[in-house]
Amino acid sequence: MYDTIIIGAGMSGLAAGIRLAYYDQRVCILEKHTTIGGLNSFYRMRGRDYDVGLHALTNITPKGTKRGPLARLLKQLRISRDDLQISPQLGSDIVFPGVRLRFNNDFELLRSEIAREFPGQIDNFERVVSEIVEYDDLDDTHQAISARDKLNQLISEPLLIEMFFCPLMFYGSAREHDMDWGQFSIMFRSIFMEGLGRPYAGVRLILKHLVRKFRGLGGELKLRTGVERLAVDNGHVCGVVLENGEEIQGRRILSSAGWPETMRMCDDGDPVTSRSPGRLSFCETIATLDVQPQELGHRSTITFFNDSEEFHWTKPDEPVDVRSGVICSPNNFDYGESLLDEGTMRITALANFDYWNALDEHEYNMEKLRWYDRITDSAVRFVPDYRHHVLDTDMFTPTTVVRFTGHDGGAIYGTPDKQIDGRTHLDNLFVCGTDQGFVGIVGSIVSGISMANMHCLRD
Amino acid sequence: MQTDEIREEILDILESIAPDEDLSTLDDAVNFRDQLELDSMDFLDIVMELRKRHRVQIPEDDYVELASMNSTVTYLEPLMKDIVKA
Repeated sequence: MYDTIIIGAGMSGLAAGIRLAYYDQRVCILEKHTTIGGLNSFYRMRGRDYDVGLHALTNITPKGTKRGPLARLLKQLRISRDDLQISPQLGSDIVFPGVRLRFNNDFELLRSEIAREFPGQIDNFERVVSEIVEYDDLDDTHQAISARDKLNQLISEPLLIEMFFCPLMFYGSAREHDMDWGQFSIMFRSIFMEGLGRPYAGVRLILKHLVRKFRGLGGELKLRTGVERLAVDNGHVCGVVLENGEEIQGRRILSSAGWPETMRMCDDGDPVTSRSPGRLSFCETIATLDVQPQELGHRSTITFFNDSEEFHWTKPDEPVDVRSGVICSPNNFDYGESLLDEGTMRITALANFDYWNALDEHEYNMEKLRWYDRITDSAVRFVPDYRHHVLDTDMFTPTTVVRFTGHDGGAIYGTPDKQIDGRTHLDNLFVCGTDQGFVGIVGSIVSGISMANMHCLRD
Repeated sequence: MQTDEIREEILDILESIAPDEDLSTLDDAVNFRDQLELDSMDFLDIVMELRKRHRVQIPEDDYVELASMNSTVTYLEPLMKDIVKA
């Protein structure tokens, strides 16, 4: 009998596992996939290492900072900041027609950029900032008010509002067209007021560190171990039946599989708490270059682009929405003396799951080639043209997201309706991760920690 | 454990939870929250560390007793009097 069984070895599941194992619980993490990480993972192909998920860690505050999600995470997991080897971004930008707003890990840059590009809005911007600073992310009362309504009251230039939404939605909105004000505030702080960073070795360094810590504390991790169903009796999970037929017992279950996916595992019939899955998914292209992007004049760490004054955050009718996207170059972090061996350009864009899911294997491969080109053609309108320097490419689609995360519809940020308290209709089943409410790597880890603290430690 | 041993133990726990804090200037009469950067998760850790190290169970309603060093030591004295310092 385990004290806690955790479903999913992504960031949130591993973090929860570390908390519980540290306090001497018998913990087992079940991972369906052959590898850890879930949405944030890594692989090796044709001799090269690739990251999926992670562009950058958010919430990067200077070393020694005692407040904020990153400091909280390090304390709670007893991890030293140095262990994560985070290098700060060189600087990023948001580009719309005729306007470019640059930002880095010093908030003053964004302030001055807004003063330059939108001089009439700088006082309004300060009002937005002061409201965001006041938002308390540990307060249980989730501020489910519309960020769009709130911003329309505070800012009178629609273009500036769209330029805020573009990066914040791309980095974590499960909801189409709008965000909750609470979510907007958390994301705004984590990206603009704290900052972006990345370990030189990428996401594998973070994941390997978490796994080593978890195992070192006596935690068990089972890969290739999918959950067939949760055996429910009288409002209580009494057993976890694995896909291999084995049944294991735990006093409680913490699932990071996603809300609809977890509900479907429960064998007590159609649960009263069903809700619609998310509709937003991504394609991402990755190009390996024979030069460092900086040699082509590209210094930006992340470029968020949109080719008209209005930003559309919705499931596209087309296979991929190439009007907007995120261009990330992992080379453009301040690694000190070290340079990554080869140049890399990654481009992320909204995609239609149903389209990609309906293709047969041959069509799928052809469409990947076709849309790789379209996405790249769109991106080089905003960054130097790197197409003559490409050594190798890869691409993921919404169906790849399903394979790595198990999320219905390849929903990259899960369902639009979050379960902030992590509770379900069963007294010993809780959710963490994407569908609990926090996104991003730091957010996922904090989700795992919070739900472990709230539901699995205090008895 | 005697009063001063309990105090030492709490200092040790605080050091493990918040390694960057300077605890040498801690005022025992003043709330931890007013002199250290501790949030609700850190208070849970004080409780959990006491349980892990000494099997001392503190009910959730009593967490308020852990506000300052003085109140914590006073609260823990009867609970930890039979524990032998390792």
